[in-house]
Amino acid sequence: MTVVLNQSFTGISIGAVLLLIALGLTLTFGQMGVINMAHGEFIMAGAYTTYVLQKSISSAGASLLVALPLAFLVAGAMGALLEWLLIRRLYTRPLDTLLVTWGVSLMLQQLARDVFGAPNVQTAAPDLLTGNISAGGVTFANNRLFILGLALLCVLGLTLVLRFTPLGRRIRAVVQNRDLAEVSGIATGQVDRITFFIGSGLAGVAGVALTLVGPIGPTMGTNYIVDAFLVVVVGGIGQLKGAVITAFALGVLQSVLEYSTTVSVAKVGVLVAIVAFLQWRPQGLYTLRTRSLA
Amino acid sequence: MTTTLTRLRVPGAFLLGAVLLLGVAPLALSDFRLSLFAKYLCYAIVAVGVSLAWGRGGLMVLGQGVFFGLGGYAMAMHLKLTDAAATGEKLPDFMQLYGTSDALPWWWEPFANPFFALAMTVLLPMVVAGVLGFFIFRRRVKGAYFAILSQALAAALSIWLIGQQATTGGTNGLTDIQGFFGYSLDDPVNQRMVYFIIAAVLLLLMALARQLFVSRYGELLVAVRDSEERVRFLGYDPANVKLVAYVVAAGMAGLAGALFVPAVGIISPALIGIVPSIGFVIGAAVGGRASLVGAVLGAIAVAWAQSTLSDAFPAAWTYLQGLLFVLAVGFLPGGLASLWFVLRRRRTRPTPVIRTEEPVAVTVGETA
Repeated sequence: MTVVLNQSFTGISIGAVLLLIALGLTLTFGQMGVINMAHGEFIMAGAYTTYVLQKSISSAGASLLVALPLAFLVAGAMGALLEWLLIRRLYTRPLDTLLVTWGVSLMLQQLARDVFGAPNVQTAAPDLLTGNISAGGVTFANNRLFILGLALLCVLGLTLVLRFTPLGRRIRAVVQNRDLAEVSGIATGQVDRITFFIGSGLAGVAGVALTLVGPIGPTMGTNYIVDAFLVVVVGGIGQLKGAVITAFALGVLQSVLEYSTTVSVAKVGVLVAIVAFLQWRPQGLYTLRTRSLA
Repeated sequence: MTTTLTRLRVPGAFLLGAVLLLGVAPLALSDFRLSLFAKYLCYAIVAVGVSLAWGRGGLMVLGQGVFFGLGGYAMAMHLKLTDAAATGEKLPDFMQLYGTSDALPWWWEPFANPFFALAMTVLLPMVVAGVLGFFIFRRRVKGAYFAILSQALAAALSIWLIGQQATTGGTNGLTDIQGFFGYSLDDPVNQRMVYFIIAAVLLLLMALARQLFVSRYGELLVAVRDSEERVRFLGYDPANVKLVAYVVAAGMAGLAGALFVPAVGIISPALIGIVPSIGFVIGAAVGGRASLVGAVLGAIAVAWAQSTLSDAFPAAWTYLQGLLFVLAVGFLPGGLASLWFVLRRRRTRPTPVIRTEEPVAVTVGETA
């Protein structure tokens, strides 16, 4: 029983990381249909922001707290810049954005290598987040709990923004029907840019969280990006609840399979499960009902 | 007069290509350069398939590394077994090194047979693509979804291979391949032979792809790319049309992988994961995805630039590479092959627009 609980917690914490990364993607992929491969590099930007802050502020706790909003702004600004420079010119060719942003991601990785050096760097975690909590035979690592809390907080924040603010209403309108939103007087281009800002900013927050569980390196983003895209695909485009359920489900599935087999077999197993799932629901868990044929 | 010229243009170009590949290149290049060129030609073979599936069919095949790898591993497994047999060993060298078992794994056994191994280099990728494609296309999973799934497949295969160190060589892959069906690969003459085989296969597959392009099937494939729904309403099943393109492209990638092994002497997970898989597509994109010659030349050029410039200026090359992708894909969607038309457009008829996605239901207007 404790094994099951421990594995479930591991799965949930894998899911929390996936969720943090996939939240931003759900927004940008959902609203604009563009596949942003540079999303992984925004994660990296968030992680390096934490690193730089910790170099200048020696306190680990304070730097982490400052890093969260700062990484959001840094990554968000990068995302908005990318949207303005390239992506808005490619809305009619969503698949090509994948290759274009891949090129951007190559350049950003090299930039990180030139600025911070090729080897991975580490940040120190605040004391509060290094220990464990044991309850009922299950060990909860504090840093994992923090990431879980952060992920849920981000989901809550995003839900509130989308549901109750004028900006959220505009974003939802553009997701549901871009043409109608535009003739209703919504500046869709501007909404796109803000969505991209928020989505990329969330990647930055994910980057801060990842500094707690692993090293910071130029290629750290690529390790997560494919899994995060799978979450979006399975969850359904532009649906927060789909992403939340899928992220945790994939995390638990991954950790259970890892426990019973090996890491590599688990990866293959998850992929097979996803293909099987898409047989059942080709558009993902939750979909917007539209009358379009595509 | 003009009609005769037009009729002779394609065979003429093909002949020119054959003379360049089989005559000029082997004479002009040193042994070392020629074996590098053989490697680029392997990438070009993959690009032929990419041009079919992506350029004509609109399927963003981001997992060609999987099929390249399956073909490559099938070939390398056979060559490792014959290498071991030649030195009187029972097991390939890396298995003895990791010493997990003294019996050959059962799924290695049949690869000792050269005919089985050769057939598998093409059949294995085609079967995998066929099964996967059947399930994916049947449920109309397409566009970005398909791209992401095929990319995840590439990630999964390379991770799986790394995990199976004892039977697949793990991260190192299958290395240090000595012989090729009884011919020692150390001998430069045999290396030249391998080059000729690769060049001949490339020419053959280009001819095959060209025939597919101009056939009724080719027309149908382009129609599916441009408007899948209309094709469906006309009574065709787009899923089957796409499946054929995907499977043929996979077979070509498998063959390329099989030929890559004797040319380079190694196959490893690093050559088939996400990054090289995107690389296969990028070459075709830069050259011109819908144009067969463009895709092939693009793949050769990108591979050449990669290995030449990345040694000399590693950092600068990465920036240049990124910039090249951004500019070529973002602003010249037809690739460099379309430059000719773009430049000529002002004087003559307008170029057909190359669309990669189905027309989206909503068109995006610029308001900000």
